[in-house]
Amino acid sequence: MKPLHVVYWVVGAVVAIFAIGAFHLALAEIGWIPFFDWTFYFEVAAAGLLQGVMYSLVALGFVLIFKASGIFNFAQGSLVLFAALTMVGLMEFAERELGIELHWTISFLLTVGVMIAVAIAIERLVLRPLVNQPQIILFMATIGIFYFMDGFGQTLWGSDVKVLDVGMPIAAAVEPLGVRMNVYDLIAAGVGAVLVAVLAVFFQYTRIGRALRAVADDHQAALSVGIPLKTIWTIVWSVAGVVALVAGIMWGGKAGVQFSLALIAFKALPVLILGGFTSIPGAIVGGLIIGYGEQVAENFVGLAIGGAIQDWFAYMLALVFLLFRPQGLFGERIIERV
Amino acid sequence: MVAAARSFDEVLLEVRRISLAFGGVKALTDISFDIRKGEIRAIIGPNGAGKTSMLNVINGFYHPQEGEIVFKGETRKAMRPHKAAKQGIARTFQNVALFKGMSTLDNIMTGRLLKMRSNVVLQALYWGPNEREEIRHRAFCEQIIDFLEIQAIRKTPVGKLPYGLQKRVELARALAMEPELLLLDEPMAGMNVEEKEDMSRFILDVNEHFGTTIALIEHDMGVVMDLSDRVVVLDYGRKLADGTPDEVRANQEVIDAYLGVAH
Amino acid sequence: MFYRETGQFKTSYAADQSIFPILQDKIGVLLILAIAICVVPFVADNYLLETIFVPVLVFSMAAIGLNILTGYCGQLSLGTGGFMACGAFFSYKLATAFPELNIVLVFLLAGAGTAVVGVLFGLPSLRIKGFYLAVATLAAQFFLVWMFNKFGWWTNYSASGVISAPPREIFGIVVTGSGATPVVKYLFLLFAVALLALVAKNLVRSRIGRSWMAIRDMDIAAEIIGIRPLVAKLSAFAISSFYIGVAGALWAFVYTGSVEALAFEINRSFQVLFMIILGGLGSILGSFLGAIFIVLLPIALNVGMLAIDSTISVALVSHIEFMVFGALIIFFLIVEPHGLARLWQIGKEKLRLWPFPY
Repeated sequence: MKPLHVVYWVVGAVVAIFAIGAFHLALAEIGWIPFFDWTFYFEVAAAGLLQGVMYSLVALGFVLIFKASGIFNFAQGSLVLFAALTMVGLMEFAERELGIELHWTISFLLTVGVMIAVAIAIERLVLRPLVNQPQIILFMATIGIFYFMDGFGQTLWGSDVKVLDVGMPIAAAVEPLGVRMNVYDLIAAGVGAVLVAVLAVFFQYTRIGRALRAVADDHQAALSVGIPLKTIWTIVWSVAGVVALVAGIMWGGKAGVQFSLALIAFKALPVLILGGFTSIPGAIVGGLIIGYGEQVAENFVGLAIGGAIQDWFAYMLALVFLLFRPQGLFGERIIERV
Repeated sequence: MVAAARSFDEVLLEVRRISLAFGGVKALTDISFDIRKGEIRAIIGPNGAGKTSMLNVINGFYHPQEGEIVFKGETRKAMRPHKAAKQGIARTFQNVALFKGMSTLDNIMTGRLLKMRSNVVLQALYWGPNEREEIRHRAFCEQIIDFLEIQAIRKTPVGKLPYGLQKRVELARALAMEPELLLLDEPMAGMNVEEKEDMSRFILDVNEHFGTTIALIEHDMGVVMDLSDRVVVLDYGRKLADGTPDEVRANQEVIDAYLGVAH
Repeated sequence: MFYRETGQFKTSYAADQSIFPILQDKIGVLLILAIAICVVPFVADNYLLETIFVPVLVFSMAAIGLNILTGYCGQLSLGTGGFMACGAFFSYKLATAFPELNIVLVFLLAGAGTAVVGVLFGLPSLRIKGFYLAVATLAAQFFLVWMFNKFGWWTNYSASGVISAPPREIFGIVVTGSGATPVVKYLFLLFAVALLALVAKNLVRSRIGRSWMAIRDMDIAAEIIGIRPLVAKLSAFAISSFYIGVAGALWAFVYTGSVEALAFEINRSFQVLFMIILGGLGSILGSFLGAIFIVLLPIALNVGMLAIDSTISVALVSHIEFMVFGALIIFFLIVEPHGLARLWQIGKEKLRLWPFPY
């Protein structure tokens, strides 16, 4: 993306946020929604955007794997759960059985190792036997992985809610310009932003990045020009595993590590549709839009129609979006040939 | 084989000043020619000349930016492929486009879809009118199966067939549509001499027995010159020449395009 | 040795196109039906009927529905649970609003209503394919379950959000609700499923079925031979949703007798999807095999694990069940993407030659 485009997007986003606020104000005036207040609106919007960064983080794992292998990895959510469970589980295990208090950084590194092992196992046992199968078969295989990893993680580490403490403030808040924001969310957003930047550079400017794109296009063709398919896949799934771990820490640190982490993946899917499956910037922008949209919808319109609409709001947004721009905001247009 | 020159008068399809571009890439520029009823018309040209794009325009898969197509006296600019099929245009593809999960017979039966009339309720009940209709069309498909000599592979899933037979099944499916205009996109690509001879025979037979008008793209010049009544030559999306095989063969521009020209 | 078609010559296309062209198959199916009608109700006890036979039949219906859409038309859907909920709640509203309405008509109308919903959510399939569509169908899943859960109108303002099927009769026998006996439930379901399975089989071997398969195998070529993608895809959505809706209605009215929206959550969608993957994509027989397999497997696992260690926790059993399901899905996709139905077919081909395979 050119710098000018970024400016356009930022300006557009600010205008859109104000416009949507004004729209809700109007709705409140005619009595369709119970109330509207600008300060509250900005707080909701900020919370939504910060939440959106977390969505982006999960979506990023999807994009990486999709770019590299053309596989839509439904199991990303279960990787998030599995990574977080493993990290907490290792800490608890060390304390209970060995009587030592494992620092979270050590547990983090151990878990990275575990995630790499998982990536190798997936490559060997699932992907390699399915080379060159239709995408839809691979997609269904990842649903299998999703089930397996969910069951495996909970069989290993139990299914009760676990507390993950990485020394970050949970409840602290700051109030710049009178808009209240959670410090934890801000830190999480910062970590997410750094991770995204690192990955974007890594895949844009390294040799592996190009190999990845070749593999995504055609498995066999990539093999025939000497790209080591299994190495590439292992690397990408490992990176996706680490991204999942970071996402798991961020989500789990706040709400506890539990089964519902796996369901975050369901939130990341509409993000991908909005952003396009092949675009890292798309994952970020899509995440922000979904995070913001869902919070605002829930807190204003949602209250008027019964609440809990964030279960489906993102999907409906994505669905409407699909009808007008099937390839997503930043996705590559598909030209059909015969 | 030297066939006596046949002459055809009635224009079945006319392509008028067609231009097609993808973004900045011009695939076809200002192309006009006609296809007359009953003839075998070849479209030739080097790779990337726009031959397949031309077929795609004719059967509605691509929508040209400029120009129009007159088929059976009806003028149209853009239409969906299934409309073209309804009007009587069938085609085969350069890379075989069969329904891989279905048997040979079912593939050919799909060609009869437009001729079938039973509604959903009758199909759900199956027995009665729907079964009679199925059997009627089955009988028709069996004629084509006999004609193309593929009886033995009737019930085989087409995914398992060798390439040459797949091409033949694809032709059978197109024929099942009883088209007035049959578009063949490289029907002999990747075939050995024997298979090419078989296919040439089938194409001539189809033209003779059913009176089907055929437009074909082919790279094998021997085949083109033998089979076709008239040839149109494309190069870089432009029309280079149009005429009988002999005229085209003698055309200096065509020779340059194929053999290259010293600059 | 007994499974031979030698000597069975077809002299008409009608005979060649029948559902079971081989005599032994015909006899076999009739035999199974005869056993299902005449033997099972007397031999199986209520527990067997309630925990195995009844759910297998209901799931078979849902699996046939999903197989039409995914197996035959190639449109992957993860919204099965939502559509089942549609059938359940539509039939509940209909049955309570019009108590005089015949229950069979209620089920059919609920199915038709679900078909309309299915078409609405199927509209994006005209522009998107594959997993894009799968994600779009999740919208249906989440939205529908939310709607039935959130608005009291659907449950006639029941405080718990649970609907209890009212007792309805056919020929004077109670077939729905908690008052129906397992044998009656079983026979009613058997009849309904057998009939609708036959209809499905007829559809997939007729024009409409071929147009679905053409769209599945190569949509561009399908359009060029004159199939309208709009009609083919939406008809698949409609008919598939009809089956799934009826399955949902049967679930609520006949199988469980009372149900809440959360019973049709996303896991239900996956469960039915697994049935058709394991049973066989694009096979009516596979829908039955898959349903049997997925219903029996957890029971078998449960019994097996309890036998090994009687102190094992329920949670652990369900986690292991997840693992086994996941592993089986991957295994089948790798080894036999056409599922149990294909294995059955291979077995039959072997049997035709046995014992002299040359």
